[in-house]
Amino acid sequence: MNKLDANNVNVFYGSNKVIKDVSISIKQNTVTAFIGPSGCGKSTFLRLFNRMNDYIDTFKMEGKIEIDGSNIYDKQIRVEELRKQIGMVFQKPNPFPKSIYENVIYGLRIQGIKDKKILDESVEQSLKQAALWDEVKDKLKDSALALSGGQQQRLCIARTLAVQPTVILMDEPASALDPISTAKIEDLIYQLKSKYTIVIVTHNMQQAGRISDKTAFFYMGELVEYDETKTIFTNPKQERTLNYVTGRFG
Amino acid sequence: MSHLDIELQQLKTETMKMWSLVNLQLVKGKDSLLKLDKDLAREVILSERRVNAYELKLDRDCENIFALFNPVAVDLRFVLAVLKINNNLERSGDIVEGIAKFVLNVDSNFDTKLLEITRVVEMYAAANNMMETVLEAFDKEDTSLARKVFQQDELLDDINIKANAIIADYIRNHPDNIDATLYLLSIIRKLERVGDQAKNMAEEIIFYIEAKVLKHRSKIEKNKE
Ligand SMILES: Nc1ncnc2c1ncn2[C@@H]1O[C@H](COP(=O)(O)OP(=O)(O)OP(=O)(O)O)[C@@H](O)[C@H]1O
Ligand SMILES: [Mg+2]
Repeated sequence: MNKLDANNVNVFYGSNKVIKDVSISIKQNTVTAFIGPSGCGKSTFLRLFNRMNDYIDTFKMEGKIEIDGSNIYDKQIRVEELRKQIGMVFQKPNPFPKSIYENVIYGLRIQGIKDKKILDESVEQSLKQAALWDEVKDKLKDSALALSGGQQQRLCIARTLAVQPTVILMDEPASALDPISTAKIEDLIYQLKSKYTIVIVTHNMQQAGRISDKTAFFYMGELVEYDETKTIFTNPKQERTLNYVTGRFG
Repeated sequence: MSHLDIELQQLKTETMKMWSLVNLQLVKGKDSLLKLDKDLAREVILSERRVNAYELKLDRDCENIFALFNPVAVDLRFVLAVLKINNNLERSGDIVEGIAKFVLNVDSNFDTKLLEITRVVEMYAAANNMMETVLEAFDKEDTSLARKVFQQDELLDDINIKANAIIADYIRNHPDNIDATLYLLSIIRKLERVGDQAKNMAEEIIFYIEAKVLKHRSKIEKNKE
């Protein structure tokens, strides 16, 4: 079964239609990349899956978004529960001005978990999964803000993993990082795939090639082409996709 | 291991599988020639299709790695080397097929003494040996092993050069056997080319590991390196 499904989705900000009749199905334990020029609607579309657009007053949606076959815009859905299942990592690392330890267990604290053993275990496991443990294990009480940008981003990933989501949404998670940190995040994404379903927005075409199984190309609110990443990068079907991936746009 | 490392490792494994297949073809081709075994020759011709299918697959694997991973430096040279080695292997496969076709079509009155006096079987064994050496060099990333084939090739050259006189002499004495004799000469030329393929592959290995281009240099220079 598909992990994520969008069916004939339209999104408006006020009267401005920014997502136009998009349907897509995403399988479990895959990495899917959203690519396309600035303003084409990638972030808007990504945020539909954890209802992050709900905060925007002018936001309006038509169509259906399903996770594991159930409609997440249904009235009975509790958004906090949904966000536990669907983690999100942003472009700029956004750790809280607290210790590394407190950052990782932030979500668990909110859930009211107090058992120190559980929290300790979660910190170690999440940091290990985020490939950060070895670098910070001796300074868990230090401020998260003292970490480098790349380390902060992996900390944010650890924080996301700690609440044990099944889906991780990433909006340009490496665009503010140097090549070494970027490579670390990419390797991490590749490893996390066995446990999670990952959707990533990226402006870096090579990055999409390196890490994703499938790629969706968006243009002016439309999903132009969605296929195996291999196909998108070696032999796309649509001319607009070809022009975009070869850099011959406009 | 990074994702690219895993992909490159897989590419290497696949290349070695194709290579082993081609080497097996070469060995079977040699045995079929030695015993004029038409069944074995038929088997070689049938398996040639698998070699061709492998070539297409490796080409596609390389294309995907270029498109998806944009390899640089040693990684780039490795994929380039595999692309060319793939081509050399496919040609070697073609050559064996040609030899197998000779065995399949040869008359029953073919004078097996010719195999002996032209040293064609010895030459064939040496060519196969070269292919094994280069495969091992590829596997172990050992450039000194790769360089060995430049010396091994000298035996092939030697047999090839002498074959002309031997065959001319034979034809003078057995004018009734000209067809088969000339065909055998063409096999000797083919084996010479197997040697060339092995040398090309050795050059590719040295190119990707040491970033040195040995192509178009003289033999003396290569052996000296
Ligand atoms: N909060 C908002 N209110 C009104 N319009 C918005 C809002 N957010 C985005 N938009 C508009 O929606 C369209 C899609 O924006 P979105 O941020 O989804 O694009 P994007 O593909 O993620 O672009 P980028 O690559 O620059 O991040 C744009 O035209 C943008 O101006
Ligand atoms: Mg965006």
